[in-house]
Amino acid sequence: MTERHTTGTGTTAAHVRRVVVVALLGLAVAIPFLNREVPFVFDGALDSPGVLHLLALMLVFGALALTYDLLFGFTGLLSFGHALYFALGVYGTVVVTSELGLGFGSGVLLVLVAGLVLPLVVGAVCLRVKDIAFAMVTLAFAQAGAIFVVRDPLDVTGGELGRSLPFREVPEAFVGIVNTRNVYWLALALVVVVYVVAHVATRSPAGRVWQAIRENERRVEVLGLSPYRYKLTVLVLASFLATACGVVYVLVVGGANPRVTTSTFTLTLLVMVVLGGAGRLWGALVGGMLYTYLDHRLAELATSPSMQDLPAVVRVPLSEPLFALGVLFVIVVLFVPGGVAGLVSRVRPARTGRGGGDVATAVAGGSRTGTVQQPDQAATGAAHDGARHEHEGAAR
Amino acid sequence: MTTRPDHRVPTAPENDPPDAATPILRLDGVDAFIGESHILHGVGFTVPAGQITALLGRNGAGKTTTLRSILGLVERRGSIDLDGQDVSGSTTHDVVRRGVGYVPENRDVFAGLTVAENLRLAERPGAGHRYDLVHELFPRLKERRGQRAGSMSGGEQQMLALARALLNDDNRLLLIDEPSQGLAPNLVREVAVALEQMAQLVTTVVVEQNLAVIRHMARRVVVLDQGRVVHEGSAPEFFEDEALTQELLGVHHGGAHR
Amino acid sequence: MTTFLLLTVTGLGLAGLYFLVASGLSLIYGLMDVLNFAHAAFLTVGAYASWLVGTELTGVLPVGVVFVVALLAGLVVGTLVAVLMELGLVRRLYGDHVGQVLLTVGLLLAVTALARAVFGSDPVRVVVPDWMNEVTRIGGAAVPNSRLVVIVTAALVFAGLMFFLRRTRYGLVIRAGVENRDMVSALGIDVGRAFTLVFAIGGALASLAGILTGAFFGTITAEQGTSLLIFAFIVVIIGGLGSIPGSALAALAVGLLQQYANYYGAVGMGDLIVVAMLAVVLLVRPQGLLGRVA
Repeated sequence: MTERHTTGTGTTAAHVRRVVVVALLGLAVAIPFLNREVPFVFDGALDSPGVLHLLALMLVFGALALTYDLLFGFTGLLSFGHALYFALGVYGTVVVTSELGLGFGSGVLLVLVAGLVLPLVVGAVCLRVKDIAFAMVTLAFAQAGAIFVVRDPLDVTGGELGRSLPFREVPEAFVGIVNTRNVYWLALALVVVVYVVAHVATRSPAGRVWQAIRENERRVEVLGLSPYRYKLTVLVLASFLATACGVVYVLVVGGANPRVTTSTFTLTLLVMVVLGGAGRLWGALVGGMLYTYLDHRLAELATSPSMQDLPAVVRVPLSEPLFALGVLFVIVVLFVPGGVAGLVSRVRPARTGRGGGDVATAVAGGSRTGTVQQPDQAATGAAHDGARHEHEGAAR
Repeated sequence: MTTRPDHRVPTAPENDPPDAATPILRLDGVDAFIGESHILHGVGFTVPAGQITALLGRNGAGKTTTLRSILGLVERRGSIDLDGQDVSGSTTHDVVRRGVGYVPENRDVFAGLTVAENLRLAERPGAGHRYDLVHELFPRLKERRGQRAGSMSGGEQQMLALARALLNDDNRLLLIDEPSQGLAPNLVREVAVALEQMAQLVTTVVVEQNLAVIRHMARRVVVLDQGRVVHEGSAPEFFEDEALTQELLGVHHGGAHR
Repeated sequence: MTTFLLLTVTGLGLAGLYFLVASGLSLIYGLMDVLNFAHAAFLTVGAYASWLVGTELTGVLPVGVVFVVALLAGLVVGTLVAVLMELGLVRRLYGDHVGQVLLTVGLLLAVTALARAVFGSDPVRVVVPDWMNEVTRIGGAAVPNSRLVVIVTAALVFAGLMFFLRRTRYGLVIRAGVENRDMVSALGIDVGRAFTLVFAIGGALASLAGILTGAFFGTITAEQGTSLLIFAFIVVIIGGLGSIPGSALAALAVGLLQQYANYYGAVGMGDLIVVAMLAVVLLVRPQGLLGRVA
């Protein structure tokens, strides 16, 4: 039976969860004060700038994966264009602070406004089509963004080389190696804000409609709601948050690089979310952090001296982190539906929520229109029976 | 018994040979699912060889799903015995290769293919192909063999769908879903005549809302309601029983459904 | 005028490459609903396999023979990879379209990274017969022969595909399957075999595109496949999913427009116009120009 029947024991579980979250958060806040080595996991002490930098990156990508999960995991929108809005935050911040001289605060505000307007316009167009066509048109818009950045017709993005943040314009607290801990805390604050917003949003009435759209868009229409408006809302929200992630990212790495506009980068967002568990906020967060961690550690591993002793068959493929991550991703897709979050749910079956594993199958239902069965009597029956059985919680 | 005068459909054969009662198809405890929805709940009935069995029920009762579950086009569980072999775990093409012809509800002819190509695709290797019979029953298909199926009328598409199911001479069971749906009355009659002739050759299961079409042909009825069999028995007796038809199908005795 | 001619020929050549990638993508999507990101991996595998064989044989055999042998080797390897991928991986997720997309995304990332690890990030020079680098005078324009080879090959492939789809039983099965897979299996046909077949065709055409990309640009890189893939996706959508003539038409439009606009317009204009064209087509005619096979 499903979670609905186990809510009796749910209160203690929720209590435990709250304690765990508070403890983890406290630990995360305290990390820059911990002068401790964690052998094998990190090179250097926890409070060293190198480790804090990596942790900050992990947090930013965790937050970004979270925003993507709102689209893909919760609403079933397979967007290949999410990088566009992250890149808007990244390049927007660099370009606005370099070119306009508004001061950092107003500049960022302007970028955030753009982070609302651009997805509203682009989303309004993209959402006119569904499913795979939606995926393609979002990919195309993101590609347009990538081309714009690399070809640089306005001479602002720095083309293939990218452009660094003018540090004189940036608040001092976020500049320099000595202030890495401030940047780290900023990234941590970003995660908290994004998580809380996403948590509230997904539990709001609109959030429930998003999940209903993921399960069965047609049924939402039958209920007299307009899926288009709800999808546009979640797209704008997720994109806006992604822009915010981009702003923080610039402060972490100190500049903009065309890598964040590429289609490969968008694909890695998908990898992060699926790795952690689509449809679970903490799953996506963990996925984004895990991916970033592995990406960096594998790259370091590839150049480490101990690697040179390995035979070429092992050494050569490992020199490219994306190879190992791609293979890991394939394994997760094939054998671990639900990713990390799915694994945890499996270990503790009492608390199966909206498991990430269901997401893929749920989204899979709606596809091309050409061969979808006509609404025949079976389908009508399905709608009737489906509604009834949902109340009984008798899912297969 | 009152029939509408324009429906001069032939009456069912009066005397069946005794061995006609041998079942060619037997469903037992079949559950079927579409996505997350549980559509059929323990459906069971038998289809005797050599006659027409009508599958009846209100909209959404699960008639189409029953046909599709026999073919493996929906996820199903339970026992489906086709001429002595359990096919409940078989793929669709394996079920069909055992001699099943299927005419889906919305005909599903391949709109972009010509009539001839549609029929050629239906040819099963190893079977004889009854082009003579098909062209005799539906002469229009011969005239229009080069035409794209999508550009034909609904009635012509229905004929093509029926022809496709009849083409292979090793078919021993036809599953026909709503053959008269959406057709003009004169075409309904034409299709009914064809059905009758087809049923002389092959055991047939028909889903039909238009009782006027089916009531004189069917020897047996199976009635579904909310994914369960609520009645199974002789067709003439069922149609005699005004109260029962009213209760199970919600239609007035003898009246055409629409 | 000669510039225009040269742009046209280059645009046609590019259109040929797009078509080779897009036609396979379109068939796979049309029949199986699989948006095959791994298509770019077939291209990469084919191109590098051909390059490997080519470098091994250079000096041993005459250049012309080397080119042909390398071409065949690349085709065989690319096709094999595609077939194995379908049988071994894609098939496991049958019915789960999103899962299949994710799977092909993972394979694309892994194969691209592997190619970069093994062959390096720098472009690799390919060996082609000398006459491919020579020029033919067409209306005053000096046209490199390699472009003509690509154009002619793409035209032949188009004709061959149309013949296959219209005149053979398997072609019939594929055309019908694009319309309605379920009904094809309800006629007793094993659609799964058609799935493997379209993957084989797609793999062969993509590796052909990869090898010809090498001849076209003179070099190959691990990322070439991915960038070609994106424009091929655009071609597939504009042309209509599952339609081979649609893909051909859209490839011509995209290839030519891109060349003209990139030359006569601002930097990167052609690429942006192509994206804008996609958006317009999706909004005005979401099923694409010709939304059906053959």
